[in-house]
Amino acid sequence: MAVVHDPLKQPAGRIENKNTTCYMCACRCGIRVTLRDGEVRYIQGNPEHPLNKGVICAKGASGIMKQYSPARLTKPLRRKAGAERGTAQFEEISWEETFDILEQRLKKLRATDPKKFALFTGRDQMQALTGLFSKQFGTPNYAAHGGFCSVNMATGMIYTMGGSFWEFGGPDLDRAKLFVMIGTAEDHHSNPMKMALSKFKRNGGRFISVNPIRTGYSAIADEWVPIKPGTDGALILAIIHELIRTGLYDREFLVQYSNAAELVSADEQSDDFGLFARTDIPHAPDCFDPQDRVWWDRNQNKALHARTAGADPFLLGEFILPDGRKAKPAFQLLKERVESYTPEWASEVTGIPVETIQRLAHEMGITARDEKIELPIAWTDVWGKDHDTVTGNPVAFHAMRGMAAHSNGFQTIRALTILMSILGTIDRPGGFRHKAPFPRPIPPCAKTPKSPDDVQPNTPLNGMPLGWPAHPNDLFVDENGQPVRIDKAFSWEFPLAAHGLMHNVITNAWRQDPYAIDTLLIFMSNMAWNSTMNTDNVRKMLNDKDDSGEYKIPFLVVCDAFQSEMVAYADLVLPDTTYLERHDVMSMLDRPISEFDGPVDSVRIPVVPPTGECKPFQEVLIELGSRLQLPAFTRADGTRKFRDYPDFITNYETEPGSGIGFLAGWRGKGGEKFMKGEPNPNQWEMYEKNNCVFHYEMPKSFQYMRNWNRGYLNWAQEHRLLRHAEPINIHIYSEILMNFRLAAQGKLDCKQPPDHLRKRIETYFDPLPFYFEPLEASLTDKHKYPLNAVTQRPMAMYHSWDSQNAWLRQIHAYNFLYVHPKTAQKQGIDDGKWMWVESMHGKARCLCRYSEAVEPGTVWTWNAIGKAKGAWRLDKDANESELGFLLNHVISEELPPHADGKHISNSDPNTGQAGWYDVRVRIYPAGADEPQMSYPQYDAMPALPGTGKTGKVLKYFAGAFRRKAEKVGKQ
Amino acid sequence: MHPAFSVIFLTTLIGVGQGVFLALFTGQSYSALELLPIQDSMRFYGNGAIIALVFLIGGLVASFFHLGRPERAWRAATQWRTSWLSREVIALPILMFFVFVYGAMQRFGWDQTLFTNTAGVTLQLSLVVATLGMLATFALFICTGMIYACLKFLQEWYTPLTVINYTLLGTASGFVLVTAFASYSAPELMRFYGIWSTIIIVGAFFTRAASLFRNNRIKAKSTLQTALGVRHNKIQQKSMGFMGGSVNTRDFFHHASLMFMKRMKWIFLVLVFPVPIILLWLGMSNNSTSILLAAFIVQYLGLIAERWFFFAQANHPQNLYYQTI
Amino acid sequence: MTQLALVIDLNVCVGCHACVTSCKEWNTSGSAGFMTDENPYGKDPTGTFFNRVQTYEIGEFPNTETLHFPKSCLHCEDPPCVPVCPTGASYKRESDGIVLVDYDKCIGCRYCSWACPYGVREIDETQKVMKKCTLCVDRIYDQSLPESERKPACVLACPTSARLFGDVHDSESDVSAVIREEGGYQLMPEWGTKPANHYLPRRKTRMRIHEDELQRADNPLNKEQRGPRGPIDAPTLDDSTSW
Repeated sequence: MAVVHDPLKQPAGRIENKNTTCYMCACRCGIRVTLRDGEVRYIQGNPEHPLNKGVICAKGASGIMKQYSPARLTKPLRRKAGAERGTAQFEEISWEETFDILEQRLKKLRATDPKKFALFTGRDQMQALTGLFSKQFGTPNYAAHGGFCSVNMATGMIYTMGGSFWEFGGPDLDRAKLFVMIGTAEDHHSNPMKMALSKFKRNGGRFISVNPIRTGYSAIADEWVPIKPGTDGALILAIIHELIRTGLYDREFLVQYSNAAELVSADEQSDDFGLFARTDIPHAPDCFDPQDRVWWDRNQNKALHARTAGADPFLLGEFILPDGRKAKPAFQLLKERVESYTPEWASEVTGIPVETIQRLAHEMGITARDEKIELPIAWTDVWGKDHDTVTGNPVAFHAMRGMAAHSNGFQTIRALTILMSILGTIDRPGGFRHKAPFPRPIPPCAKTPKSPDDVQPNTPLNGMPLGWPAHPNDLFVDENGQPVRIDKAFSWEFPLAAHGLMHNVITNAWRQDPYAIDTLLIFMSNMAWNSTMNTDNVRKMLNDKDDSGEYKIPFLVVCDAFQSEMVAYADLVLPDTTYLERHDVMSMLDRPISEFDGPVDSVRIPVVPPTGECKPFQEVLIELGSRLQLPAFTRADGTRKFRDYPDFITNYETEPGSGIGFLAGWRGKGGEKFMKGEPNPNQWEMYEKNNCVFHYEMPKSFQYMRNWNRGYLNWAQEHRLLRHAEPINIHIYSEILMNFRLAAQGKLDCKQPPDHLRKRIETYFDPLPFYFEPLEASLTDKHKYPLNAVTQRPMAMYHSWDSQNAWLRQIHAYNFLYVHPKTAQKQGIDDGKWMWVESMHGKARCLCRYSEAVEPGTVWTWNAIGKAKGAWRLDKDANESELGFLLNHVISEELPPHADGKHISNSDPNTGQAGWYDVRVRIYPAGADEPQMSYPQYDAMPALPGTGKTGKVLKYFAGAFRRKAEKVGKQ
Repeated sequence: MHPAFSVIFLTTLIGVGQGVFLALFTGQSYSALELLPIQDSMRFYGNGAIIALVFLIGGLVASFFHLGRPERAWRAATQWRTSWLSREVIALPILMFFVFVYGAMQRFGWDQTLFTNTAGVTLQLSLVVATLGMLATFALFICTGMIYACLKFLQEWYTPLTVINYTLLGTASGFVLVTAFASYSAPELMRFYGIWSTIIIVGAFFTRAASLFRNNRIKAKSTLQTALGVRHNKIQQKSMGFMGGSVNTRDFFHHASLMFMKRMKWIFLVLVFPVPIILLWLGMSNNSTSILLAAFIVQYLGLIAERWFFFAQANHPQNLYYQTI
Repeated sequence: MTQLALVIDLNVCVGCHACVTSCKEWNTSGSAGFMTDENPYGKDPTGTFFNRVQTYEIGEFPNTETLHFPKSCLHCEDPPCVPVCPTGASYKRESDGIVLVDYDKCIGCRYCSWACPYGVREIDETQKVMKKCTLCVDRIYDQSLPESERKPACVLACPTSARLFGDVHDSESDVSAVIREEGGYQLMPEWGTKPANHYLPRRKTRMRIHEDELQRADNPLNKEQRGPRGPIDAPTLDDSTSW
């Protein structure tokens, strides 16, 4: 019988294809969007894009449901007079009125006390612009999400070897033979990691996953090593111990490319105890890192200038310098440090068997030593020595938030970087490889202001809002050593807080510690729900008033694309566009999408017009910058400099005539230059023609050993990626940290910490990595709260964003607490039943799910699936709010009062990284008489004006969807 | 499986209709052989055929509730070469046609004697039509039963007992109804039908019990190991890939407790077999149409439970993939 | 005879659900018409999906394997769903072995879904017709697409290339090669449905360490040894021998 329905028939309609860049997560894959009659028909990975080469993930393929989500905000809104914050009572206002309100308020603040304006953003991919705006405004109170994400990963690695994972570098799985992944969130660096993993496995590589939980990537690991959360440092230090004990480290690499052989003054009495011995070899005045250290030469048995041709230094031993001081090579100090970190000791701490720890060390060491790669690539090192080949030791690592989000994360990640270094795997084939603009000097040159005087009315900030302190004198504190920033970043509490401490902004502003602010502008961050620790109290703080009836945080502006929980607390709501509706840049000034082989940046170009009155946040900033007459946005005569954001991107230069702008590709008048060159009026068109991406592939000889590669360093300096073409040697021993310790000991003539923080600085600013129990755990009664609780993000969701996505929320409609059956049974909790999870800060009722894939001392859940009632435009009885829960309710943003102070952030004492995963909990069954519902519950958030309709049935069909919806709307 | 009420009613209602018609055919055959007194066809066979037709139509109507697109139902007759469902769709109207013709012949007296043998036994045209109808009835029982019995991975159904039970239970319910009808319309036949009803119920009891016995001992051929191709004795599903349910969680599993299942089994075992027999004999000895009608109603309710249980007991191997949210 | 099929490599599937939603987005606006979602923003959201990724745990801690298991219509060579269809709406294409549903013939009786042991047929609750994976038949023959993109949407999307697509009857094809070489298998072989889709099992890479790799001639610790070395002018045998 004849076929009636022709399965090959394409539905009628006008088809267009447009390229842009995805933003369903932070990965930034190239996408090709097919439109039918102007509606999104298909979003696929762009096959010609260097990052994802045509693939796409679950989120990317669900972009349609984000674009047409009923949760979208489409109109500027103002809190109704008399309505309480949090009740989400809003009225629509015009953009003109919105800008007037902001202009008036901000103008006054800028003219009086600019730091009363604070701008904090989520994972926005436009930190170069938001940072620029804040600097121009003159406020130091700016940061993005990094402080509560993975700043430990960035700082721990950058302060050690000048690069970091994800955007700035990663494992070379094309050539690695052994790959060890530690604590990696499943949505981080997702598509490239997935692609590389499968290729790696198919090539026969061995993949080991160290993680308390076996899901996602870990599922396909050849070996799963379950570990207790927060103890990664112990494991790594024991592996280093074993590698040194068995001599499985790369001596040649360490000698030449790290400070392992450099002599450190070991005389406890001397003033320079703990500092490197130095020669008085002259160096250029603008030299960043003078090469003036000392080796003890084996051949001549005497001290020599480090890296003297022909010299071969001792890595171990103790020596007497000509001036009589005792000195030891940094490697000797490392060996002494790890002496007590035996596998037996680490086994107790981590829960990993001794044999496993030893075997891991042996596998790493033997693979690195015996599977060496020699690539026939000639290069010249920075000391002038020619090399015929590039050597690789094919052991690669990747780690992310699982390791970072502990208060001991910085030192743990220092240890990891040192492990990678002693295996000789830095910027070498099969190991870790950098991505432009990294490697950077250690630490990078950008610095914050150093004094309260750098914040002046009607003046741009004297320095960057975020930077990389290299010395106690770089701290941003007042004469009493007190913080200048609202989040206390770069103060003695968190000296290396390179990404700020967004998780403490609301608490500090509410407590007016260190001072009160006036206006808090939050962009794209759900600080009233899953992006904050201590959710319940933060919601109260946002709504708290002083005696005069004024809100403690007087004016709250929220810019978001969706009706999130945070929006309910805004005084003013700015409706943002989606990624399909706007221009964007993934800039070299921010976090580009570079590849191992060279710099890459990319753009977004709108594929559909903005919905309703949505306005990209970039346009809001350009408009505000112009109205406030911030110098970067204004001509000398006070008139507006840039028509709009695309115009800004085309014409903005970091300094007049610098030739450096947000985009690196097709610079120069005709697009003939890159990295540096005059503005090109047709730059956007050129990006558009080239899949929205600029990719410069460097010569092979520049692609490896970049910390010491003369060709690369000179090229990078010439193209203004770097100021200094100097070697970037690995800091096995960190003199930078030692300086802070000396300051705390009163031994260094520099800014001094307040007395109550001296001990803290002295302890945690250890120049060598060490293991300590996470701060919160050390302050918890572990008999009462015996379990660790952590969250993970599922691959099909990104933060809180995707519960408004009709397709993705079917995959994760609510969340369970995953518990090992024995752990649960001990408490009498049944599979699938209601239970309580409680910490010393709070408790939550949730559903239990037994799992054999979790370390029995750990419980975990998917993050940000649980929602407040009515938020994200979900029905009041949606699973997310009734069955889903948020672990944030049991996590605190501050530690219990102790010796370091009363109100101190629950963060890494070095970097201010939020200690999300340090919380200790206990679990018990919910009572039979309790409601079958998650706890806590909140009053339902009403639908905001301008949001869409939610029907019982969704029939998406591109080209007919909106027409139909409009028709229904009219009826 | 998740018992769908449309299908429960379809199969039980047409079962009654088929049983009623078989009863009429049996009665008339006995009469033709002069083993029973000849009935007033107008009152008994004619109205009996109407009863059968009403139940068949009732079943047909119920079946439409099972279709997503009833307006296309005519297409269901096209695949008789391969599909038992298609065959059922053909057999049912054919049966209805014969029942209708038979009923009309009886009701309007259009019957003819085809021949009479020397012993005086006559062959009526209506009996020829009834014979064709009888064949159609059995064909329909086979089709209906085979719809379930042909699905080899539904092991509880994949047995000749399925067809036999459909046939015997449908026939029994029809005979019981006709017994009640006879007590009202042709009392001299009541006992004849009552005895046959009892025999068929007892027979059905043994075959249905045999299937229960068999199903209790089934070893599932499919396991999580074969479903996934993983050899390990401990495999647990942790996620189905969706959390709000899907057609796979709605259509293939009854979501009832084990207790409920057990109860349903005993309810149908009691209501379908002993109670109707007791009521039958009570009704016959008291010559009470209402008690006999009660026997039918009780048994029909029992059959609904039986059919619910029939579906619920079938374990679809797809459920291996849909166990845990 | 051609038999198109997917080969799913469980060895590299990380359970990201890319295949699930890319399938949904392609097909909801394709010839399968829209694919209904019910309660899209309410309690118990549910919808028509042709492909799902499930998760299983195998074994006991610490020897646990977590298995991500994508499943869609397996396009059986002897599909039990086809002969039972009363209308002929379910059919298997002779030219390429794809099992399809003719949405204009289907009466929505669900019998085919009963006849499928794999649970991969999905009634569309709005259109009331049975739907299922089409292997993106409307992509793979579309001459307007570049040849490299004439593949099912799930295959194009899969970040780990865990989904391979090709003719399993052509012994020269890539899919046949991996089935042969990597131990490809079929689901529920006991029913004789001969699924065209195959799965590749997990494979482990192990490392064996030999004792002699740890006792190394190139041990760098050797270079750190400083033998006891006396001062050059201290007395030696040279000062007092007479041989």
